[in-house]
Amino acid sequence: MTQDKSKPLLSVRGLTLDIPLASGVLHAVRGIDFDLHSGKTLCIVGESGSGKSLTSLAIMGLLDKNIKRSADRLEFGGIELTKASNRQMRSLRGNRIAMIFQEPMTSLNPAYTIGDQLIEALKLHRNVSREVARARAVELLEKVGITAAASRLGQYPHQLSGGLRQRVVIAMALMCEPELIIADEPTTALDVTIQAQILSLLVDLTKQMNVAMILITHDLGVVARVADDVGVMYAGALVETGPAAHVFGKPMHPYTRGLLRCIPQPGKTARGAELGTIPGIVPSLVGDVQGCAFRTRCPHAVEACRNAIPSHGAPPHQFACVHPDGARAAEGELA
Amino acid sequence: MTAPALELKNVAKTYRVRQGLFGKPKPLKAVNDVSLTLRKGEVLGLVGESGCGKSTLAKILLGLEPPTAGEVLVDGQAIIGQDRLALARRIQPIFQDPYSSLNPRKTIADIVSLPLRVHSIGDAKSRDKAVRETLELVGLPARVLNTYPSQMSGGQRQRVAIARALIMRPEIIICDEPTSALDVSVQSQILNLLNALRAEFGLAYLFISHDLAVVEHLATRVAVMYLGRIVEEADVADLFDAPRHPYTRALLNSVLTPEPGLGIPDTQLGAAYPNPINPPSGCHFHPRCPFATDHCKAQAPRAVPRAGGHVECHLHDPQSPMYRADFTV
Repeated sequence: MTQDKSKPLLSVRGLTLDIPLASGVLHAVRGIDFDLHSGKTLCIVGESGSGKSLTSLAIMGLLDKNIKRSADRLEFGGIELTKASNRQMRSLRGNRIAMIFQEPMTSLNPAYTIGDQLIEALKLHRNVSREVARARAVELLEKVGITAAASRLGQYPHQLSGGLRQRVVIAMALMCEPELIIADEPTTALDVTIQAQILSLLVDLTKQMNVAMILITHDLGVVARVADDVGVMYAGALVETGPAAHVFGKPMHPYTRGLLRCIPQPGKTARGAELGTIPGIVPSLVGDVQGCAFRTRCPHAVEACRNAIPSHGAPPHQFACVHPDGARAAEGELA
Repeated sequence: MTAPALELKNVAKTYRVRQGLFGKPKPLKAVNDVSLTLRKGEVLGLVGESGCGKSTLAKILLGLEPPTAGEVLVDGQAIIGQDRLALARRIQPIFQDPYSSLNPRKTIADIVSLPLRVHSIGDAKSRDKAVRETLELVGLPARVLNTYPSQMSGGQRQRVAIARALIMRPEIIICDEPTSALDVSVQSQILNLLNALRAEFGLAYLFISHDLAVVEHLATRVAVMYLGRIVEEADVADLFDAPRHPYTRALLNSVLTPEPGLGIPDTQLGAAYPNPINPPSGCHFHPRCPFATDHCKAQAPRAVPRAGGHVECHLHDPQSPMYRADFTV
C-alpha cells in the first residue's frame, strides 16, 4: 500500500475471520494487511467466496455472531475497532463510516419516503432540527445529480428507477459527512450506462470531500478505472496489492494475470479467440490451510508452494508468491 | 451467406398495462416492429439497457409469448400457432441464473434427459447414452449423473443447462445473459465452450447480454435495442469499429476496459431511461441524445442501410434535413 508519511485513516494488520462449521473451521479471511488514507480509493477485487465482502463487514462490525474476528490491528481514525464497544460501533456506523450495498432496493425501507430516510440518517447522529436535516437532504440529492430534489423527498423508493435509488443511497451515505465509505458492488445491479454515471459520481464526491473509499467488486474494468490502490483477493488472502497502474501495468501474481486473461479485452483480445481460463476450482478453506491457496490451479506451482509464502516486490506493489518474479519469466510474455 | 435459421419480420409485442387501480389500460410496446435475421452458425448479439425488450423478444422466440403482430420464421416456416413442442426441438434456451433454472430435486441425469422424455425420443438405454455423450461435450464427468444441482458450482450448473439445451440437437439457442451470474474465471470457460459447440454443430445463437466486451468477443452480428426497436444492426466489426447511432456510441463508451488511468467515461446519457408506457415522441432516443434537434422530436427516423446492416437515425438518412454525410460518432 501507499507508504505515506501521514497516518492512515484505516489500518488493518492480520485480519482473520474464522467461521466454525460442523465439518471444521472455515478460514474465510486469513490474515490480511492494508492501509487506507483519506481521499484514497482502495478496490478489493476477487471472485465469489474470496472473503472480500466479509472483510468489509468485519470493519463495520456487522459480522454474524458466530464468525470469529481477530486482528493484530484494526484501527480506524485512532480507534481500535476490535476493542470498541457496541455503543461505540453504533456511533461510527452511518456516521463516520458509511456503507453502500449492491442492491439499492434492499438498503432502502420501502415503507418510508426518501426524505424520511435521509433525514433520519442525519438526526440519528447529529443534534439538528428536522429543517436543517431536510435542507441537507435536498443539498445532497442535488449533489448526486437528482433533479427536482425537494419534490423527491416525498417519494417512496419504488417510485424511483434503479439508478436513482442508488443515487439516493449514496446521498444517504454522505449525510453525516463520513470519513470512510465502504461500497460493496455498488453498480453490479445497474445498467452499464448508469454504472459509469454512478461510478464517476462516487469518485468525484470522494475526491471532493476527501473521503476514503473501499470499493469491493469482481469487475476488473471498474477496478482499473476507479482505484488508487488495488488489492487482489483469493481464498481469503490478499495475493497482490499496489497502485492500480502497477498492478494492471505489471501484474505479478499468477492469479492476477490469470484473471486478466479470462476477460475479453476490446482491442486486445482477438474477436472469437479462445479466452484464457483458470482451471480447477477454489480450494476448501475448511481445516488447516497451508501454503499458497492458489497452487492447485497455478501453472507454476512447485513443491515450495506448500510452505509459507514469502512476500515479494517493493512497496507499494507487493505480491505473495514463492517465485520472486511471480513466474513472469516462466510465462515468457507480458500478461 | 448461409440460409437464415431464424427470421423475424415486423414482430411486435404490446402489453396492456393498467396504471393504478382505476386507470385505463395503456399500451406498452415492449417489442416494436422488429425485423432480424439469424443465420446458421451465426451469433447475433442483442444489447440494450434493462427494459428495452430484449427478454420479451427471447420469450417470443421460445414460443412462451405470442407476438401481437409480425412473423417468426424458422427455416422459412412460420412458427406462430405451431406446436410449442415442435418448436422446442429447434430452439432451446440457456438462462442467466443456473441456480434457479435447474430443478433442485432432480438429479443431473434427470434434468439433462428431460427433453428426450418429453419428446418421447428413444428408450431408457439410448437416452442414458445420449446424456453421457452430451455431458462429455460440455466437459462434465459421468460421475455427476446422479448428483443434484446443489452439489455443483455455478459454472458446472451452467454446463448442465447447456447440456440440457443441446441434447435435442437444436439449430438455435437463445442465450439470455448466460454468464452474468458467473465468476470471471468461470465465465471465460463457458464462453469458450459456447464458441466451440457452435463451431462443432453449426449452431446459431441469439446472445443477449449487457456486457459489451463479451458480445464483441462472441458475436458475429450485433443488434442494438432501444425501447423495443432495433436502432442499429451490423456485423460485429462494423458496429464496434464504426458505430453510427449515438446510442450505440454511448453504450460502447460505457464499457470499462481494465486500463488504469483512463478514468470513467462520460456516456453523455444525462436523462434516465424513458418510461416505455410513455415513450418520447419522434425518435425515442432524442431526450438523451447529444445531437437531437426539433426534427428528432417531431419525426421518428426510418431505417437506413449502413455498412453491414441498418441504422435508425436522422443523421444518417440522406432524405432527412439533418443528414450529415460526414457524420461519424
